[in-house]
Amino acid sequence: MTADLTSPLAGWTDRLAALAPALTVSEVPFRSQLTVRVSDPGAVAAMGSALGVVFPSVPCTFTAGEGEFGAVEVLWLGPDEFLVVAAPGLQVPIEEVLRGALGDFRGSVVDTSAQRTTLALEGPHVRDVLAHGCSVDLHPAAAPVGVCVQTLLARTGIVLLVTGEDRVMLLVRSSFAEYLAAWLSDACAEYRAVA
Amino acid sequence: MQLIPCPWCGPREEAEFHYGGQAHVAYPEDPSALTDEEWAQYVFFRDNPSGPFAERWSHSAGCRRWFNAVRDTRSHDLLAVYRAGEPMPEVAS
Repeated sequence: MTADLTSPLAGWTDRLAALAPALTVSEVPFRSQLTVRVSDPGAVAAMGSALGVVFPSVPCTFTAGEGEFGAVEVLWLGPDEFLVVAAPGLQVPIEEVLRGALGDFRGSVVDTSAQRTTLALEGPHVRDVLAHGCSVDLHPAAAPVGVCVQTLLARTGIVLLVTGEDRVMLLVRSSFAEYLAAWLSDACAEYRAVA
Repeated sequence: MQLIPCPWCGPREEAEFHYGGQAHVAYPEDPSALTDEEWAQYVFFRDNPSGPFAERWSHSAGCRRWFNAVRDTRSHDLLAVYRAGEPMPEVAS
């Protein structure tokens, strides 16, 4: 018998919801994540067309699109490293498709879905709250929609995706998720409406 | 805090980086032919200039790539950064 799946922030649902209206925070658990290491431009293009999403060519950006696997995001993590993110439960078929597209090129496709969980943040203060613990310039002029940076937020390694004017996705390692949730609750304190 | 310009990610805080010592220390072509003294020179001895110094740095909290930087050891100014494999740029000391 296998244990039931429990997301890293299962116990934080109510406390994160209570941060509204300062910040709407919710966990998006169990998303399919695959780390892709490939440097050959032909193989990168083949993987992009297999997924239906062109891989990002500019450092610190991500691309998003709809394909065979529904909504898929491809994150730039390094000059030869990408993270493919999709809905839960699609790790195996996506891995097979990407391995097929890789063919004989040098590279790897590894399922890293359990490594990170995702936090969806939304609200007019989202950039202000994150600025309390993040040294990257999050002003809309410096971090427009489509930016994907790996950095430290309150000393925790995160991947930060700017998905909208007031919307940010944070990918955080599962074991750091509760600490980050606690830090977020604290950082939101000054933005919570006073009755 | 000092900003270090990662050649891939742009300027980031120093806390995101790890130091990797002197750059351009080539592995000996024929290690077994080295005397103990030459091997010790390769393993332990590094330059310690007062002025521009080519060093390796790793953007460990970001893209996790190694790159090279020329740092002025007197002022801690980073004079140039360049990707691994690229030649060391000329810098005015």
